[in-house]
Amino acid sequence: MKDRIAITGMGIVSAIGMNAAENLKSLKDNKHGISKIEHIDTTLGDKILVGEIKKTNHELEDILGLPSLNNFSRSSMLGAIAAKEAIIDAGIITEGNTKIGFINSTTVGGMDMVERYYNDFLEKKEHQHYIEVHDAGSNTDLISEHLGINGFVTTISTACSSAANAIMLGARMIKSGRLDQVVVGGMDGLCKFTINGFNTLMILSDTYNQPFDENRKGLNLGEGAAYLVLESEESYQKRNKEPLAYLKGYANANDAFHQTASSEQGDGAYLAMKNAFKVANMKPEQIDYVNAHGTATPNNDLSEGRAMVNIFENKVPKFSSTKPFTGHTLAAAASVEAVFSVFALRENLVFPTLNFEQNMKEFDLTPQLELEEKEISAVLSNSFGFGGNCSSLIFVK
Amino acid sequence: MEELKIELKEKIIEALNLEDMSIEDIKDTDVLFDEGLGLDSIDALELIIILDKDYGIKLTDSKDGKKIFQSIETMAQYITDHRTK
Amino acid sequence: MERCYINGVGCVSVQNTFEGNFLENPIDYSDTNIIYAVKPNYKDFIPPAAIRRMSAGVKNSVVASSIAMNDANVETLDGIITGTGMGCIQDSEKFLDKMIEFNEEYLTPTSFIQSTHNTVSGQIALKLKCNAYNFTYVNTGGSFPSALLDGVMQVKDEGKNNILIGGIDEIAEYTFKLYQAIGHIKKDGEVPFNIFENRSEGSIGAEGAVFFVLGNEKKENSYAEIIDTHIINNLKVDKVNDFIQDFLQNNDIKIEDVDTIILGNNGDINFDSYYDEAEKMFQSSEIIYYKHLFGEFMTAPSISLWVASNILKNQEIPSVLYKNNKKNSSNAIRTILIYNQYRGKDHSLILMKNV
Repeated sequence: MKDRIAITGMGIVSAIGMNAAENLKSLKDNKHGISKIEHIDTTLGDKILVGEIKKTNHELEDILGLPSLNNFSRSSMLGAIAAKEAIIDAGIITEGNTKIGFINSTTVGGMDMVERYYNDFLEKKEHQHYIEVHDAGSNTDLISEHLGINGFVTTISTACSSAANAIMLGARMIKSGRLDQVVVGGMDGLCKFTINGFNTLMILSDTYNQPFDENRKGLNLGEGAAYLVLESEESYQKRNKEPLAYLKGYANANDAFHQTASSEQGDGAYLAMKNAFKVANMKPEQIDYVNAHGTATPNNDLSEGRAMVNIFENKVPKFSSTKPFTGHTLAAAASVEAVFSVFALRENLVFPTLNFEQNMKEFDLTPQLELEEKEISAVLSNSFGFGGNCSSLIFVK
Repeated sequence: MEELKIELKEKIIEALNLEDMSIEDIKDTDVLFDEGLGLDSIDALELIIILDKDYGIKLTDSKDGKKIFQSIETMAQYITDHRTK
Repeated sequence: MERCYINGVGCVSVQNTFEGNFLENPIDYSDTNIIYAVKPNYKDFIPPAAIRRMSAGVKNSVVASSIAMNDANVETLDGIITGTGMGCIQDSEKFLDKMIEFNEEYLTPTSFIQSTHNTVSGQIALKLKCNAYNFTYVNTGGSFPSALLDGVMQVKDEGKNNILIGGIDEIAEYTFKLYQAIGHIKKDGEVPFNIFENRSEGSIGAEGAVFFVLGNEKKENSYAEIIDTHIINNLKVDKVNDFIQDFLQNNDIKIEDVDTIILGNNGDINFDSYYDEAEKMFQSSEIIYYKHLFGEFMTAPSISLWVASNILKNQEIPSVLYKNNKKNSSNAIRTILIYNQYRGKDHSLILMKNV
């Protein structure tokens, strides 16, 4: 079994761009996508900032060339756009391909449509077709149909670590020989259910999110979708495709502490990172840059910070959270940040943590504050979700 | 204040789904969180909503909750002092 | 490559399945189109402080997973993997209802937190203080097959032992009304509901929580060995034959070697034709069904695995599993194939052997 999996394509949509090139440019230009919410009618509109993609659902339908009567939720449209870009980037054929898979992830699924028509469904027959996408998997099915993928298709939902887990499963499917190529990642659109849900937990900020800052107030929700195409060595060599980067390490561990909060020392996070290094057969000192989960909640940044101090034995490499650019894109976060990690490797760039003002008192950790050119050979990317679900990925050149 | 205390006990049992408990099981001075009734941070958020919805008191910092929700006694006192409904 | 054994099972379903009873006195549900699970005594398994937040699905899962782990005689796990089609839909409904009723005011976090899809996996990990691998699949009819495939890969390819896998779905009143409105669940009053004789639009809605402990160690009370499993998301009816043939061939099994085939017929006139095609291929095998007893839900394939496990262990097929209650064969049962699909998608095959 090969010890690394090739990444041969990427696709992404987020508040800072509708494709990979736009996202990279925004990161380089310090251009964030956080603003007041425009496309959702919510009473919380004035109380929060979000990483919203400034396209209406109609505009997304037009981009995809969908008929006006369709079952695509906002999440699915974002997913389809990003997945399509990844497939084109990788140059792979989906039709008739028996060893291709699609591993998607989402927390929202079709909820934006369900919540819109929830009380009217039984009376208004014209909206009933959205009931078909009430469950997460039906949304993935729509996208796989749109992409022409027929094979192993599944959906993972483990809150904010979802896309990392999709990437991990993809790697294992390739290592086991069951698949040669697999599109992996996640998607989540903004919706009232999620906005209100996070609001009840009192972890949303009314201002720009400040990861690892002493005065951080909470997160900004975001929306987006991102996918990688993972491929076996035999497959990409056969078609003479140069990989963009490689996935070398990955691991999932559970904090087993509380349903939504992380343990004080970040036990789950520590374990996930430790096991990712084991899979990669690498040592922590080989990491040049850490793309942290860094949601800017009081709880996450404290436990994640502690876990990093522990795993790197106080020699924490350059690290940043890119959530001040995109917001927290929930299920898509890990794949959005996987794309950013590959950018870091290919462009030799460390991305900044915007909005930072003051160090946290608990430890001596300052995140990367400026865009910096530096030789990057290995990136660690972390994503930690509700249910104690902690995942870490290691990407190399 | 006695009526308010009974009302609070009823509301807590209902909102937190404490199926097996009756108002007699909760003493006014029982510690509500961690030991005693064993409530946790998610329950604190539920109690904050009760304060808002039923008594018109808005708590913006969930950490204030710790003092207020120490017992039925402290809750009742706080509500009596601050209620707008 | 290790071998993968089923070393423990636990099942909460619409039948009396959690007391180690293998369909001795099946309950007749022919006048019901939405069937609720038979409830275990939750307090025997879950402390009251925890029960209070749990929906039916979560409670059933905690019970079924406890039973499976006891059955396998394990206390620690190398992984927890669940599949659920709709997730904790009761809590989703609660949160949505309140959000709409109070126009986003006075919302509380409990039902939001409980509605996240990975609540069951997370709760089990919390209860056991288990830091191991923890995944949740939410892919309609492929949810449990994905969890199973992941579990089998963990054991066979990656040498793990004691992997807990489960399939869970729960009924939520309003959501099921919505599915009736679009013909996924049969309308009220089309009694008697007989999936063999009265095919009509929709299936009989039900719920369940079924858990297994997979391991690479063969134990004295191991139920069965899982040889292989395969999933494909789309299949035309005229390709079912190839799909099954290819799978068997990849595992060096001939059609005549399959003693028993379990089919997921659910009485839906639009989709049972897939099973008709499969049935044609296995005329010399025992052909049995299970959804006439357990109803349909997205993770019902977990029930078929439970049925197969018990058959291989007991070396007996209860007559109720046959279409006409026919007398069961007295031959040894060595190889079982299970075929499921959900509304024409997420076709899965599981190949099992006795130990």
